[in-house]
Amino acid sequence: MLVFFYDKTFQGLLTAVFEAYSRKEFPEKLVATGEIPPLFMSAHYTIVTEEMKCARVWTALEKKVSREGCNMLAYVWLSEQPEAPDLLFRYLCKLFANPDAPYQLNFGDPDVLEMQQLAQKVSHEELYLKQFVRFQKTSDGLFFAPVSPIYNALPLVIAHFKDRFADQKWVLYDAKRQYGYYYDLQTVEEITISDDEHLSDGKLDESQMAADEKLFQDLWKGYFQSITIKERLNPRLHRQHMPKRFWKYLTEKQE
Amino acid sequence: MDESVLDKLKTLAESAKYDVSCASSGTVRKNQPGGLGNTVGGMGICHSFTEDGRCVSLLKIMLTNYCIYDCAYCINRRSNDIRRATFSVKELVELTIEFYRRNYIEGLFLSSGIVRNPDYTMERLVRVAKDLRTIHRFNGYIHLKSIPGASRELVNEAGLYADRMSVNLEIPTEENLKLLAPEKNHLSVFQPMSYIQQGMMQSLEDRRKFRSAPRFVPAGQSTQMIVGATQETDKDILRISSALYRRPSMKRVYYSGFIPVNSYDNRLPALKQPPLVRENRLYQADWLMRFYEFRADEIVDETSPNLDLEIDPKLAWALRHPEAFPVDLQKADYSLILRVPGIGVRSAKLIIASRRFGRLTASQLKKMGIVMKKAQYFITCNELPMHTIHEAGPEYIRQQLIARKTKAKNEDDRQLSLLFTDP
Repeated sequence: MLVFFYDKTFQGLLTAVFEAYSRKEFPEKLVATGEIPPLFMSAHYTIVTEEMKCARVWTALEKKVSREGCNMLAYVWLSEQPEAPDLLFRYLCKLFANPDAPYQLNFGDPDVLEMQQLAQKVSHEELYLKQFVRFQKTSDGLFFAPVSPIYNALPLVIAHFKDRFADQKWVLYDAKRQYGYYYDLQTVEEITISDDEHLSDGKLDESQMAADEKLFQDLWKGYFQSITIKERLNPRLHRQHMPKRFWKYLTEKQE
Repeated sequence: MDESVLDKLKTLAESAKYDVSCASSGTVRKNQPGGLGNTVGGMGICHSFTEDGRCVSLLKIMLTNYCIYDCAYCINRRSNDIRRATFSVKELVELTIEFYRRNYIEGLFLSSGIVRNPDYTMERLVRVAKDLRTIHRFNGYIHLKSIPGASRELVNEAGLYADRMSVNLEIPTEENLKLLAPEKNHLSVFQPMSYIQQGMMQSLEDRRKFRSAPRFVPAGQSTQMIVGATQETDKDILRISSALYRRPSMKRVYYSGFIPVNSYDNRLPALKQPPLVRENRLYQADWLMRFYEFRADEIVDETSPNLDLEIDPKLAWALRHPEAFPVDLQKADYSLILRVPGIGVRSAKLIIASRRFGRLTASQLKKMGIVMKKAQYFITCNELPMHTIHEAGPEYIRQQLIARKTKAKNEDDRQLSLLFTDP
């Protein structure tokens, strides 16, 4: 079994595709440097990520597939699933090995189908974020929202929130991956909060809230209670549309 | 803004909740410099879901629940003894903006009881939308209800600020409407509908000539019918829907299972439970008309004027028309593949894209998301057709598919069952 070691970045993965074609040998597995290699490794090669090589693969890809197709690769990468790098590698090789046909449309191929389905899941997580982010206004006028998506979908929604809330400062913070984004009315920058223990339950302390924040939270909770039609209660459907894992951050579901 | 607003908000939300529409789709609008909000188009975004499973996308609220009308099906009718409240324009605007900033909502869905006269009421609705758009530079979604009987000028002004407008038909036939809502008639509903339609067509025409011409209700209009309050069959309802969908501006028809809010009124049927299954089947039929190229008279006809409550309308159609099957997935047109029960729009597209690379097998189809336990009777793929509708017979398939659904609940798998069907 041939193994390529790489640096566990997307650029590294593209470089690996380049190296595979230039060395004319295709690995069965990509393993991050430093991780335990598989038991049946017979040969291995270590990839050195190079900007030039990765750019050449990307250019070749852009010629082959549409913009959405290229985006799909990013979605699958952000899924952070253990099988994602190998899947991406096989998928890219299949695209390049079939220059004539639009192979990305062959959903009978299990890799193509899995790519599509995994990208779909990440894009659903992106939608969940757009739906269920709840900002709380702090005493210094900042709108703050903690999230913890199962896939790393936060980078995918930044443009949406930047356009929508262009005239308010906000922070979106991924409590699970311990990083976030801060918008200061001009640009968005990546941040980390050193002491984020208190974020785990999703609620700001009342002393940190803006004066009218509690009122609007109560108004929203009151509204949410009143809009329910009691004759039609359907808790299963409720959970299906709004999974429980989001509840701790949802103002209307908090006590 | 203080605690008293909370009471008003609760009262007016209670009054608004029986209106089903909540979509925030149909418009794409980017934010302007110095403005707040955008609309994303496509599917729209639902920000929350109530415990009855309905989506909360817009702040669905009434400006007031005082009303001069006395419609039998409505909770806000004049003769009901309920809490009444009225929002000021300023309160409602502030509430919308503050909720929007916290990402609670996609925008505002504003309706109102009718006070004094339709025009007076409509004018106040327009004021709210105008303040939001012009003073607060709000680019989120606005859905305005057009008050039945409102004048053309006001509808035209509302259309400049709203993304979508709606007039509710409520009762499908005019004689029943007259019976339950003596002060209303179909003309008062269809007239604002056609004002909206004409305004929208005019604006589309203008925008072809001048790019800067103002948009008019870019997301079109919608309407709602109450199901189960009167004697109309599903055939009547679907025929009206399909006539409405022929107008290019009509984007959605909503069906609202009748909830007996005024049980003392004996013009209304006494129902134990709202007809939720029937409502669901109507929505499925609606989907078939909008996305599956079905005509209303294919879904329900003279012999079966009501939808089958046990199986979905697409399967029901397939069982009535065995001659259309089996469909060869390798060769058939998209529109024929769409007609197969168990294949949706997405999987039909996957099949069309993939089949040029080779013959599709049953296991591949299953992985693509096709519901094989339904589709197996209606297709041929790489494998030889085994047990299509012609061999199995519609009655057997029906039994099988219904049995699957009920089994999970009340049967013991270890117990063999004997299936006797009527000869």
